[in-house]
Amino acid sequence: MARIDLEHIRHAYGAKPKSENDYALKEVHHEWNDGGAYALLGPSGCGKTTLLNIISGLINPSEGHILFDGKDVTHLSTQERNIAQVFQFPVIYDTMTVYDNLAFPLRNRHVPEAEVDRRVKETIEMIGLGGWAKKTARGLTADQKQKISLGRGLVRNDVSAILFDEPLTVIDPEMKWVLRSQIKRLHKQFGFTMVYVTHDQTEALTFADKVVVMYDGQIVQIGTPAELFERPRHTFVGYFIGSPGMNVLPVKLDGNTATVGGEHVALNFLPKFKAGAKTELGIRPEFVSLGREGMPVAITKVEDIGRHKIVRARFADQPISIIVDEDGEIPADPRVRFDQKAINIYADSWRVGEEA
Amino acid sequence: MEKTWNNKAWFMVLPVLVLVAFSAVIPLMTVVNYSVQDTFGNNAFFWAGTDWYVQVLTSDRFWDALTRNLIFSAIILAIEIPLGIIIALNMPKKGLGVPVCLVLMALPLLIPWNVVGTIWQVFGRVDIGLLGRTLEGMGINYNYVQNPVAAWVTLIVMDVWHWTSLVVLLCYAGLVSIPDAYYQAAKIDGASRWSVFRYIQLPKMKRVLLIAFLLRFMDSFMIYTEPFVVTGGGPGNSTTFLSIDLVKTAIGQFDLGPAAALSIIYFLIILLLSWIFYTVMTTSDAQG
Repeated sequence: MARIDLEHIRHAYGAKPKSENDYALKEVHHEWNDGGAYALLGPSGCGKTTLLNIISGLINPSEGHILFDGKDVTHLSTQERNIAQVFQFPVIYDTMTVYDNLAFPLRNRHVPEAEVDRRVKETIEMIGLGGWAKKTARGLTADQKQKISLGRGLVRNDVSAILFDEPLTVIDPEMKWVLRSQIKRLHKQFGFTMVYVTHDQTEALTFADKVVVMYDGQIVQIGTPAELFERPRHTFVGYFIGSPGMNVLPVKLDGNTATVGGEHVALNFLPKFKAGAKTELGIRPEFVSLGREGMPVAITKVEDIGRHKIVRARFADQPISIIVDEDGEIPADPRVRFDQKAINIYADSWRVGEEA
Repeated sequence: MEKTWNNKAWFMVLPVLVLVAFSAVIPLMTVVNYSVQDTFGNNAFFWAGTDWYVQVLTSDRFWDALTRNLIFSAIILAIEIPLGIIIALNMPKKGLGVPVCLVLMALPLLIPWNVVGTIWQVFGRVDIGLLGRTLEGMGINYNYVQNPVAAWVTLIVMDVWHWTSLVVLLCYAGLVSIPDAYYQAAKIDGASRWSVFRYIQLPKMKRVLLIAFLLRFMDSFMIYTEPFVVTGGGPGNSTTFLSIDLVKTAIGQFDLGPAAALSIIYFLIILLLSWIFYTVMTTSDAQG
């Protein structure tokens, strides 16, 4: 278990990156606390896996340093870093039994056989493959195989960190939930530093204490699920987190009034931004209320998704989503109001603070 | 589901039956027919029963040739399979090297048997051949026309040169199908190079290796053209394999009966051995 520091990590897959765009990973500078549970969240191709592989040592970063507990490990091999990693698709040694699969990483490290036996038996119970120990791994189902992959990471209880690269992709939804809570429980029990890569926001938000949102090779926000929801630092985080994502409307700002189309929205603070920047207003659908008062909207579609309805509408000629309670009324002449506290202002896609 | 019985369906199978009859059954039956009869020419045949089989199976000539065949196949397999695996493991997985290596590997496979034989026959000659002259120049006694060991070495080297590529290409196909994640996981698990081979690469190559093994066994067991071109079965009888013996019997001496019996026995041996290999290897596969 270790604290992991990433110091100005950049990575390009090509040999000679010419422009900023050649970098799969643009400048990541971040510290992962010992025993933390982190989720790396982002769309495909945003550099999540690259970052993970840099931590585990499968890839050497083009620039920057990695420190485990203050010790530079940038040029150490994966073995020397003592990292466990679980991959997206199950990797099993299919000529071995389930037991031997789990024992493999320990035996490679010359752990005494008695200790191997103890830990393997413990892990097998933990991943719920108790009755399968003597079976050959080949005949198992995809989620059993993935459990073995997980198990091979968990069996080494002295690892610096366990990295998960979208480990539940191939698992049935019901089983996903079970496995995720198991991982979560193990985290609580043993205090491993865990980094969990996913593009599924539910998975990220339920697993992690801190969610690291990546977009286009950079970390755009690190925060608790609540912070990501309430104060997205970047419009991307707004879109990406939440269902439906945040409404982002281009606005003109004048003091503490935002103007979109012909409508004026009063802000409870004075935003600070550089002149000439592209300014936008972000408001989550949860904080838009539909009623008989406020600014007019034209409803285009109502989606009933059970507990609530999603109303798709046009507001000042911009698409907007509104969440309405299941029994909420949709008036004939609909108008909307924005919850002032929930409004975020963005300049060039980055959230701006208050004028000092 | 109710089974329907429709005799007209047999018409649909007929073309295949006819094809198989002409390509396999009829020729084979002709040989069976010859093997149980004797002839003194003039197309007059007499029933001989199992006489020819007894004659073949009790002759030293047959057992000597069979032994040579078995030894030859054993040596070929012992060299080509491991060598093929080693080369395949060391071939590049990506980049410009891949097509270059593949083409180089495939080249020997494109050359017809008799041409390969002729190439090596000339190459190894002591008077004009590059290899023969060089070896002699180095003071090594190499003359495949007179020295049985030299003849065997020539045939084996030639076969290895010609056919190892097949094993390489098959193994390579098995190797490139292994996803990167396996190697990465192995690194994470701290696996040694040997473990990676033993637990990842070998299991993935198992099926193609089975095919390579069977093909190389059958082919080397049936070897004819190369020894025929290079050594003609000599010196003495040292490279007279069953196939060479068969042709000598059938065409050289025109003993149709014994030759036919030998053919059938030869065929059955190959069938039996291939079946044994296949069964052994697939059972170990199912258990392993």
